[in-house]
Amino acid sequence: MGSLNRFGRPFLALIFIALAALAAPSAKAQSVAEIVPQMYDASLGDLRDAVAALVATGEDAALPILQALGAGNLYEADNGGIFIQTGRNQYEDALTGAEADLDVTGDLSTIRINNSLRRDIAAAVGSLTLMSENPATRRAAAAQMFSTADPANIELLDQALAEEDNPGVRTVMEQARAAAMLRADISEEDFAAAVAVIAARGDRQALGILNANLANASEAERVNIEAGISRINQSLQLWGIGQNVWYGVSLGSVLLLAAIGLAITFGVMGVINMAHGEMVMIGAYVTFFVQEIIRTTNPGLFDYSLAIAIPMAFAVTGLIGIAIERGIIRWLYGRPLETLLATWGLSLIIQQGVRTIFGATNREVGNPSWMSGAFELGGLAITWNRMWIVVFALVVFALLLLVLNKTPLGLQMRAVTQNRRMASAMGIRTPWVDAMTFGLGSGVAGLAGVALSQIDNVSPNLGQSYIIDSFMVVVFGGVGNLWGTLVGALTLGVANKFLEPYAGAVLAKILILVLIILFIQRRPRGLFALKGRAVEA
Amino acid sequence: MTDWTKRIGGVLVASAMSATLISSPVAAQDEGPIKVGILHSLSGTMAISETTLRDVMLMLIEQQNEAGGILGRQIEPVVVDIASDWPLAAELARRLIEVDEVDAVFGCWTSVCRKSVLPVFEELNSLLFYPVQYEGEESQRNVFYTGASPNQQAIPAVDYLMEEEGVERWVLAGTDYVYPQTTNLILEQYLLDAGVAEDDIMINYTPFGHSDWQTIVSDIVAFGSEGPKTAVVSTINGDANVPFYRELANQGVAAEDIPVVAFSVGEEELSGFDTAPLVGHLAAWNYFMSVETPENEEFIAAWHDYIGSEDRVTNDPMEAHYIGFNMWVEAVEAAGTTDADAVIDAIVGVQVPNLTGGIAEMLPNHHITKPVLIGEIQDDGQFFVVWETEDLVPGDAWSDFLPESAVLEADWTDPINCGNYNTETETCGGSEAVAE
Repeated sequence: MGSLNRFGRPFLALIFIALAALAAPSAKAQSVAEIVPQMYDASLGDLRDAVAALVATGEDAALPILQALGAGNLYEADNGGIFIQTGRNQYEDALTGAEADLDVTGDLSTIRINNSLRRDIAAAVGSLTLMSENPATRRAAAAQMFSTADPANIELLDQALAEEDNPGVRTVMEQARAAAMLRADISEEDFAAAVAVIAARGDRQALGILNANLANASEAERVNIEAGISRINQSLQLWGIGQNVWYGVSLGSVLLLAAIGLAITFGVMGVINMAHGEMVMIGAYVTFFVQEIIRTTNPGLFDYSLAIAIPMAFAVTGLIGIAIERGIIRWLYGRPLETLLATWGLSLIIQQGVRTIFGATNREVGNPSWMSGAFELGGLAITWNRMWIVVFALVVFALLLLVLNKTPLGLQMRAVTQNRRMASAMGIRTPWVDAMTFGLGSGVAGLAGVALSQIDNVSPNLGQSYIIDSFMVVVFGGVGNLWGTLVGALTLGVANKFLEPYAGAVLAKILILVLIILFIQRRPRGLFALKGRAVEA
Repeated sequence: MTDWTKRIGGVLVASAMSATLISSPVAAQDEGPIKVGILHSLSGTMAISETTLRDVMLMLIEQQNEAGGILGRQIEPVVVDIASDWPLAAELARRLIEVDEVDAVFGCWTSVCRKSVLPVFEELNSLLFYPVQYEGEESQRNVFYTGASPNQQAIPAVDYLMEEEGVERWVLAGTDYVYPQTTNLILEQYLLDAGVAEDDIMINYTPFGHSDWQTIVSDIVAFGSEGPKTAVVSTINGDANVPFYRELANQGVAAEDIPVVAFSVGEEELSGFDTAPLVGHLAAWNYFMSVETPENEEFIAAWHDYIGSEDRVTNDPMEAHYIGFNMWVEAVEAAGTTDADAVIDAIVGVQVPNLTGGIAEMLPNHHITKPVLIGEIQDDGQFFVVWETEDLVPGDAWSDFLPESAVLEADWTDPINCGNYNTETETCGGSEAVAE
């Protein structure tokens, strides 16, 4: 992700000065205590100078100040004091460490920085923490230097490498050193060695560095680099296919979640429920509501917010579903057109209702920490939220299958949908089963809402964007078959993701629709058609 | 349901109208309240952005009424809901002008809305104040463009990235419709003229409401790893932004590595999510809520007071309505009448203060002068202004960077009086837009 020309020449010069200052503190160098007060009400240019000066001091006290500035935790007070935020509404003086007394200092405001300053600070922090006690910190510092690739760091890296005994950190340091070496004026053997180290890393960042050095390499070096580039490209291409499959599975799991509730109401019961998307939307708003309460009452529970929201969303949307079935749909059985219109109208009412209550703007639903960020699996970059949504979709699917096949309610559902009068004659309360089935479908839609709140907008329009896709998945997979929905969702997801790189997002979507139309013409009952008498019922 | 409420509302308005007509058939034109139409989506996809604009208009009208109205008459707002339905917008615009007899209309957000109501305003000779940044390539006698044209937003933003961040490779990502398409057309030409190689520009379009950004973000990462500094210029609109930024954050695209500069993401859009992972990404606008001027503080205080919540943010299109409304008030006062022709003549050259400490002037091409601000997203959902133009930038109706429109000028004052005057042939090219 890093690109090489991240630093202008002025900064290179600054680092040289900084290192010179580190080696032999000159009489002119300012101390941290002198520099910090200058940061009050400073322009971005003045802040840049202050950062360089802080590095130049070589004092340990500079590090926490730089880190706070980079993280947006450095505050200036109305009385000119500079403070570091240590906790909620807790600030300590950047120099003395004394707790801030807001009555004396006046209001505190963040010292704001911009991107180029943020980069300067990251590089400065990297150079100051390379010798840290903590291996993770050393590793982060080395990684920072890798993306900076500044020849001025070579000496520092050599020192660090001499003392490093953690093999993981050592590798990153060697790579950082190689990246920096490529920028420096070095012999051909050194150059070849550095290229080999970078090429062995084999990821996009390495590719970026090699590409950047291609232009100013000599003829012999060029061959070397090109070999490295083609090696990386090959492995990236291979991983790229895996990455596409993963993207497809993850898109498929979202489709599956959105469609699976519909597979019950539409697939099993045969009710065309246009308000299905709104159930998803309500599920997302329940998540928002739960998070909002947690934020105000008990922020420590935030990571568990989704676990709390899941049963809540299921209960709320399930009850709404039962109410819809009892109030509207049961009067319209056997009249699909009227059902369609009534539920369409209902979806508009729910949308506008939510808009009136919660406002038309997006609501903020946060990702818990365990759903943020990404991890690498070989050459695959997998984001945690997508990963958990795939898992969640499969769990919901398995549970639903269990309910339908192994519980009395499931048995009754199947009995009623297959032969209503016979079931009724056997003593099953068919209206109750209808309500429960519809409630179950709606509740599952609510669960989808909890998951979608993690990747999409929580706005009154949330459901609209999924209703068409949901119907598409259910019809494609085969009405009345849960396995069909699973295979249908994953097929559409993967097909979409393989088309997207070639056709673009807009055309890919159109192509998928065309393919489905063609497919439905060949097989009107979808992938997994129900066989036997139930089909005709 | 929306239709139903509208119909009832329409009947009420219509009956009120006929009542006044019966009581004073002759003097109805000059007595009683001056009516102003508010033509925004209060339901459907665009309600998310436009509801706020209705509220800010109602607030401005209330303030003006408290200050004595215009020409000694009170102003009466007539609100209609276009329900994100563009043919309906044209219909409702016609009803506002013909049935409700409004003297000016403030409304529309999307370009397609503007394009579909344009013929109505032209035919019935009424006034439309359009408050959103748009793609340019248009100037209409009856329309006043109080949002930014590309030279007041897109071009300065690209200049900033080139000069301050040293960007050499460009991803132009947008939603698939007229505004991003035209803006990217202009930007691509501008970049090519600036010496950027064709291989260093990647253009990507996505459908409205696109929610699965995995492939595109990883494409951007791949494009960015080729070596030179890369930036994304985003004309992604509306709902698609939240999942886009989430994916960026999750795939670890930091602003220090690949900055994203957006033209459609403001305070209102950011209020929908946690901005901590987005710190440092950029937006170019002509107004930010964080700008510290007495005018802005007053405006924000009035807004919080009116809407009854300290949490609500202000944004650029709101400022555009503020400027547009004040310009209309000044022009009506100057003309002494609300008659459309008189106001069109009087409004050119009108100067009103904007909220960022400058003066906005209505230009003969019906665009206004604006400062250009570049802001970095902060973790509190606000923007920190990192760069701004020294002077106000006059809005340019026809881009100078597209060969077919470079020769065109818009000037609605005598003697030219033309929206697309060809400076080479010295003829008025008619009212049809050239680029589309």
